[in-house]
Amino acid sequence: MHRTKVRIVEEALDANNTIAQANRADFDRAGVRVVNFMSAPGAGKTALLERVVADLPGVRVGVLEGDVQGSMDADRLASLHVPVTQLNTDAGFGGECHLDANMVRSALGELPLDDIDLLVIENVGNLVCPAEFRVGEDARIMVSSVTEGEEKPLKYPLMFRACELVLVNKIDLLPHLDFDLDRFLYNLDQVHPGVEHILVSAKTGEGIDEWRDWLVRVGSPAEAHV
Amino acid sequence: MHELSLSGAIVNTVEKHAAGRPVSVVSMRIGALRQVVPDTLDFYFEFVARGTVCEGARLEQELIPARLRCGACEAEWGIEVPVFMCPACGPAGRIEVAAGDEFLVESIEVEEAECIAQR
Repeated sequence: MHRTKVRIVEEALDANNTIAQANRADFDRAGVRVVNFMSAPGAGKTALLERVVADLPGVRVGVLEGDVQGSMDADRLASLHVPVTQLNTDAGFGGECHLDANMVRSALGELPLDDIDLLVIENVGNLVCPAEFRVGEDARIMVSSVTEGEEKPLKYPLMFRACELVLVNKIDLLPHLDFDLDRFLYNLDQVHPGVEHILVSAKTGEGIDEWRDWLVRVGSPAEAHV
Repeated sequence: MHELSLSGAIVNTVEKHAAGRPVSVVSMRIGALRQVVPDTLDFYFEFVARGTVCEGARLEQELIPARLRCGACEAEWGIEVPVFMCPACGPAGRIEVAAGDEFLVESIEVEEAECIAQR
């Protein structure tokens, strides 16, 4: 036996990115825009979707619901009469903490791509791993709730840099918290200068119209994608 | 915690190039912006490598400091904290990552039998 050095120089996540591009091509062919919806557990992703998915003017929406286990979130959204496809990650390596391109690919056949204009992929609640794995989306949205603290952008720059929109949720709680909103927005701007954000409350409905408009803009079939 | 998923990505990449040969060393270049904890990556890699060509392989991690460049004024500087703002141009700057977001499998060392039958 002898040792041979093999030069590779390859991004270890290239394999995932290649599959993500294949997903994206399939979505494009079907004329479906895709958003990857990410946050820490409990930030309010499902609640924010519940607020808007049943009423997106001109946009037929479907949801791909990623969870380690169970279909509680999917059941909540299905009750709003939008097509929901459940993707559980527990068949993987002891329950994957994120969706990757291959998992989404495995669900492609179950998605009603001919009947929707916009697919919202609700990722597994996690501020770390989902940021690393593209799944074939056009845009990435993250939710950061004010109960999580204003230093989060500095602690999770990968996630806060990986998105095109930040929804700052639970702002109805601001009077009860020490959360410094200006400080949070300053930190966000340090980590991802110029990133869009919307202040929302899934509970009171504040900011929800703006959130809905954003989704409609991204998901409208008229919005030709280049 | 993402070191577990990243370990899987390393093993997949190496398997593609190892062509079934046992791997003794995997050399990585890892940018500071990837927020990888070296010991944690070692730990998970050893675990994920079991039962693959990477089983027992040593993981060499070369850490690359983060450097940013401003597309507006072409300044380049290193960062220790995640502040993506040009010191000269401020919000008008156009920040690019010059170095520090790598997660590269640079090379591997594989064990080969002395005489390989040519196929």
